[in-house]
Amino acid sequence: MNLNPKLFDADVEQAPIRQGFGEGLVIAGRADERVVAMCCDLTESTKMDAFAREFPNRFFEMGIMEQSAASVASGMAAMGKVPFVSSYAMFSPGRNWEQIRTTICYNNRPVKIAGSHSGVSVGPDGGTHQAVEDITLTRVIPRMVVITPCDSIEARKATLAMAKTNSPTYIRLAREKTPIITTEDTPFEIGKAQEFFRAENPKVGIIACGSLVYNTLMAAKELETEGVGAVVLNMGTIKPLDRATVIALAKECGAIVTVEEHQIAGGMGSAVAEVLASEHPTRMAFVGVHDKFGQSGTPEELLKHYGMDKDAIIQAVKSLL
Amino acid sequence: MTHLHDDKIKFLEEKALEIRKSIIESLVEAKSGHTAGPLGMADIFTAFYFHILKQDPKNPTWEDRDRVVLSNGHICPVLYAVMAHSGYFPVEELKTLRKFGSRLQGHPHREYLPMLETSSGPLGQGLSQAVGMALVDRLDRGQNSNRTVYCFLGDGELNEGQVWEAAMLAGREKLHNLVAIVDRNNIQIDGFTENIMPLEPLADKWKAFGWHVLEIDGHNMSAIVDAVDEARAIFEKPSVIIAHTIPGMGVDVFEFDYKWHGNPPNKDQGANAMAELRTLGGQIASEHE
Repeated sequence: MNLNPKLFDADVEQAPIRQGFGEGLVIAGRADERVVAMCCDLTESTKMDAFAREFPNRFFEMGIMEQSAASVASGMAAMGKVPFVSSYAMFSPGRNWEQIRTTICYNNRPVKIAGSHSGVSVGPDGGTHQAVEDITLTRVIPRMVVITPCDSIEARKATLAMAKTNSPTYIRLAREKTPIITTEDTPFEIGKAQEFFRAENPKVGIIACGSLVYNTLMAAKELETEGVGAVVLNMGTIKPLDRATVIALAKECGAIVTVEEHQIAGGMGSAVAEVLASEHPTRMAFVGVHDKFGQSGTPEELLKHYGMDKDAIIQAVKSLL
Repeated sequence: MTHLHDDKIKFLEEKALEIRKSIIESLVEAKSGHTAGPLGMADIFTAFYFHILKQDPKNPTWEDRDRVVLSNGHICPVLYAVMAHSGYFPVEELKTLRKFGSRLQGHPHREYLPMLETSSGPLGQGLSQAVGMALVDRLDRGQNSNRTVYCFLGDGELNEGQVWEAAMLAGREKLHNLVAIVDRNNIQIDGFTENIMPLEPLADKWKAFGWHVLEIDGHNMSAIVDAVDEARAIFEKPSVIIAHTIPGMGVDVFEFDYKWHGNPPNKDQGANAMAELRTLGGQIASEHE
C-alpha cells in the first residue's frame, strides 16, 4: 500500500486532515473551471482560503447561513457547476440536513459537502462543536456518497476524486493535526477499502476510518507483539461500502472490530454490521461514542474518556478472542 | 400603460380559465391535493407560461431559457397545468396527478419530470436555489445576461428563516437577474397569515433586505406583465413582486377560505366548481372583448 515509512516512528509527520481538503480543492479548481466553492464564515478554518485567494470569482462567502448555503449550492449545480460547501460538520450536515436531503440529494445535484471539525478531538470547544452524528446523517440519504479520509494526503486525493463524480458527496474532515499514514503512492478510489496492516495468522479484522486509523494501526502493532494477529482495513469510503472486502475479511478472521470517532448508532460500524448480518454473520465489537455528547478537553483526554484511544481498541479486539 | 394589446389580454384571460378547469379536474381525479393556491395563482402562471417566459417546451434544456423555481411546491397543480397546456407534456397526463407511477408527483420531483428546474415541497428552500442559479448566470454570462431567474413563493412560506437568509444574500449580491413573486393570499394551513405569524409590513421587510418591491393585483394580466417588465428593467437590485391574490379565485365557495388550502374538491364540488367557472367566465375574464 506504500504507506509512510515513518508510520510507526515517534517523529511521524503530522498535518490536519482538513488541510489536504484545502489543497485538493485548489488543484480541482485548476483542473475544472466548473468547480466553485462557498463557505459559511469559516473560510480559513475549513481551509477554503487558498481556493478563495486563487479563484476569487468562483468563491462565495455565504455568511453564517448553512441552510441557505446548501440550497444555493444546489441552484449552482443546476446551472452546471460542481459546488463545494464547507462548514463545521455540526452545522453542515448537522443544521442543514433537510436542505441537503431535499435540494441536493432528492434533486440529484453533484454538490460536495465538506464537514470539518468532526469527532470529539475538536477538543476545548466542547460538545456543541463536536460532530459525532454526521456519518449517520449523511449515509442514510439516498444517493449520498460518504468519504472519511484517514490523513491529509488521502483527503487531498479524495477531494480530487469527488470533484470528478456526478454524485452528491460528503467528506468528513478533522481539525487537529494527525499523523501522516499514506504517501503520494498509496492508491485511493471511492468505494474501495484498503488493507493497511497485516499480522501473521490474523484472528481479528479491524475496520477503521478517519482520524482513528492511526490509533488502530498502533493498536494492531502492539497486539502483534503480544501474539494477537490482526488485519487493519482503512474504510476510506463508508458509502458505497466495499462489501466484498468486508465480507472477505470477516470470512478470513472470524471476528470484526470497527473503529470510528463517531456515535456507534448508525455510523461506519453499523454499516459494516448491516452487511455482515445479512451476508456473513460475524461476532463484532464497536469502538466509538456510546450514546454520549462530547465535552471540553484535549483530544487525548477525550479519546481516552470516550473509549476510542489505542487501549480501548486493544480491549475491543481482546473481547472477541 | 401596458404594452399588451387587448386581444392578448383576452387570450391570456381565456387561457387562465382553461388552466383553472384543468386544476379542478386533476384535483378531483387525484382525491387529494391543494386547491386554494393553484386557483389563486392561475392568472400569474398563465401570464408567465403563455407570455412572459423565455422558454421552449419542445427543448426544455435550452441553455438560454429563463429559470423557474417553484418554492411552494404544493401549488404544483397550477404549474403542471400551464406546463401541459403550453406543450411540455400531454394535457391528458394531468389526470395522473398524485397517482402511483405518475410523472406528476404530489410535490414536484425532477427525477420523475426532468423538465422541472428543481424538486420542491419543503417550504423555504426555493429562493436559495434561485439565488444560486442567478449567481452562476452572472458568473458565466456577466451583467449582460438576458436570462432571468424567477422564484415563486407562498406568503405563509415566508415564516421560514431560510427565505430571509436567501433574501439577505441576494440583496448583498444585487442580483438584478432574479425576480421573486410572492403569492400574497393571506392564508396558510392553520388560518390567516396575520393571525398565525404576521408578515406585515411585508414590503418594508423586503426593502430592508435590499430588494426593489412591487405590489400588484395578481389577477390583472396587464398588472402582472407590467410588474415583470419593471422588475427586469431594475438593474441595481433583485426585485420582488408581491402579488395580492384571492385564494381559490374563480369558485365562490373556495375563495378566501383557508380550509381549502390543503383539500381537494370531491366529485360534486368539482362539478359545481366547473359549472361556476363556465358561467363566471365573463366575470373573471375579459373587459377587453
